[in-house]
Amino acid sequence: MITTIIYTIVCLVVLGLLFSVVLYLVAQMFKVEEDPRVDIVESLLPGANCGGCGLAGCHAFAEDVVKASSIGSFYCPVGGDAVMEKIATALGQEAVKTEPRVAVIKCHGTFDNRAKTNCFDGYASCKVMASLYSGDTGCKYGCLGKGDCVSVCKFDAIHLDEKRGIVEVDEEKCVACGACVKVCPKSIIELRPKGPKNRRVYVSCSNKDKGAIARKACSVSCIGCGKCAKVCAFEAITIENNLAYIDASKCKLCRKCIDECPTNAIWAVNFPLKVAVTPNKVEVQNPVVKNEN
Amino acid sequence: MKRTFSIGGIHPQENNLSREAHIETFPVLDVAYISMAQHLGAPAEPVVQKGDKVKVGQVIGKPTGFISTFVHSSVSGTVKAVEPKGDLAGNPVMHIVIDVEGDEWCEEINRSKDIVREIPFSSEEILEKIKNAGVVGLGGAAFPTHVKLNPPKDKKAEYLIINGTECEPYITSDDRIMRERPDEIVIGAAIMMKALKVDKCYIGIEENKPEAIVSITRAASHYPDMKVVALKKKYPQGGEKQLIAALTGRKVPSLALPIEVGAVVQNVGTSLAVYEAVQKNKPLIDNVVTVTGNCVPQHRNFLVRVGTPFSKILNAIGGAPSDAAKFVSGGPMMGKAVANIEASTLKATSALLLLTEAETKRKEEGNCIRCGNCIDACPMGLEPYLLNKLSRIGGMYDELEKEKIHDCIECGCCLYSCPAHIPLLDIIRVSKAEVMNIMRNRSVKK
Repeated sequence: MITTIIYTIVCLVVLGLLFSVVLYLVAQMFKVEEDPRVDIVESLLPGANCGGCGLAGCHAFAEDVVKASSIGSFYCPVGGDAVMEKIATALGQEAVKTEPRVAVIKCHGTFDNRAKTNCFDGYASCKVMASLYSGDTGCKYGCLGKGDCVSVCKFDAIHLDEKRGIVEVDEEKCVACGACVKVCPKSIIELRPKGPKNRRVYVSCSNKDKGAIARKACSVSCIGCGKCAKVCAFEAITIENNLAYIDASKCKLCRKCIDECPTNAIWAVNFPLKVAVTPNKVEVQNPVVKNEN
Repeated sequence: MKRTFSIGGIHPQENNLSREAHIETFPVLDVAYISMAQHLGAPAEPVVQKGDKVKVGQVIGKPTGFISTFVHSSVSGTVKAVEPKGDLAGNPVMHIVIDVEGDEWCEEINRSKDIVREIPFSSEEILEKIKNAGVVGLGGAAFPTHVKLNPPKDKKAEYLIINGTECEPYITSDDRIMRERPDEIVIGAAIMMKALKVDKCYIGIEENKPEAIVSITRAASHYPDMKVVALKKKYPQGGEKQLIAALTGRKVPSLALPIEVGAVVQNVGTSLAVYEAVQKNKPLIDNVVTVTGNCVPQHRNFLVRVGTPFSKILNAIGGAPSDAAKFVSGGPMMGKAVANIEASTLKATSALLLLTEAETKRKEEGNCIRCGNCIDACPMGLEPYLLNKLSRIGGMYDELEKEKIHDCIECGCCLYSCPAHIPLLDIIRVSKAEVMNIMRNRSVKK
């Protein structure tokens, strides 16, 4: 009895040693030489494998960064400047500062603002819906509200407000990886600079129809009237295809355009309420913090 | 035993409610909205401007590529606007809006009802006439007919196949033209045989249209090379590849065109349009549209001028019934929902179908129970459940290509047969477009 056990143990130990030697030799023979810095860089990355950098994942990013002569053309949107700085130090290079960005939805066609013209009964996916027709409202350009961007977001940063029929970005969580931008069949999501103190001004509409048609479809659509472009002192606003666009690099956040816009299509977020002081009276003039309604 | 194709297929309820309704000429309205994207391929380019006077049959759009064709005015009057308007899916498409004044036709069009049998034209002349008349395939895909009748030099056509199956439920426009205008259809087929230089022609008609079989057989008796074949009722027999399999037993390989097995398939409607184009110089400006549905009190077959808004066709039947919940352009299987009722009819519009909520409402999606109904039903021998699975994972394009998703003809048999009401076709269609795009890019790179 006891001899059987001893034989078994001895056999297994001998086999184990034999295989370990074989494995060691094989590993030496087929060893892949990899720059040790790749592992270091990868360990510094967030490891979300989101593809926001435009590469296949964190390992691919690390490999390319190590191979490249300068890290200037690489940016991990999830880790941001902090991570890029660490990588730069690890590689003995100077970090390049990039302005942090955030996804913004260029549509505010809620059920209240945009009447339904028909009812979509098919598979609840924006991609499927867009392949079949222009959408269930009069607006051909706006949010379809089926949430393809929600399911693609790995950071839980974008949500569908089912009561209002529109998606919203949680700017605390958004890392600007751009997955939602790629998946949106209507291309209404844009990565914009976060702006100083997270303050930014943008046109929350993507409708390229002529004014009358756009207005009929949605009460908060950009009608391309051009008033905002005229009032802007910094030439930050351009009108193309009946749609205004604010160049974030030129915008000085003066918010004159917001007062001008007849349809409230321009949004200013994270600004304090504008307070105007008149004799004996303090009046809230322009409650523009619309993202809280 | 009547012939049919061997793989897959389903038997939806026929509902040919409008089959006894004679073709009525739909009145010309005040305004016509003529789309520039009425055919597969590149849209036509407008050649008229605001304020121009046009006659019926005058060219208003010219082709912009090899696979493209002419568009003609279906009315006479003044061009009011050349602007983008929503098509039936609501997407903007260039339209020419014409204010109708009278009904003045171009002089060269022969409007008499006399049957012209002699075909004095050469093959090239016939193709030129068909091209200039803007004839497209009226079976649904609207592929420019002159392109199809002009196969590549290295391929030899053996058969012309005329598709009179009309396998979609509800639609009866082809049935009616086969019963009312059989001689013209048969002469159209003879013209196409001459254009293709073939001496064999099959006309396939499903057995649920006995009157059409009789009338076409009688008309075809003038032509010894034409053979009318009654086919067993099965959907989607009107699909090119299915019809070729049913009539000749030949199988068109994956990714190949029917010409690969020596066949060219044309619809009976196309055949009629070819007759009118070649013998009467009449471009394709009108077609028969069935207006039907279980909720419709009167079933009609209208000869409608291209560019008539669907809303006006509804007015003609006394407005949409209160219980109509969905409008479909075409049949219930492959037709497209009309999201924009102000959209106008196209050359290849075959029907306006009205469905009630009970008929059209999707049932809640369940889990796949691996019953294999979809595999049995697929006429292309695909595995729809697998394509659905792979599509939902996302990014599995190589695997989808290996499973031949590009062979899908979007007939909807899988969706129809699924007991769990999984929207198989909706999902497959999107992936198919993506895979085909990848394949196209790859072949361009090479």
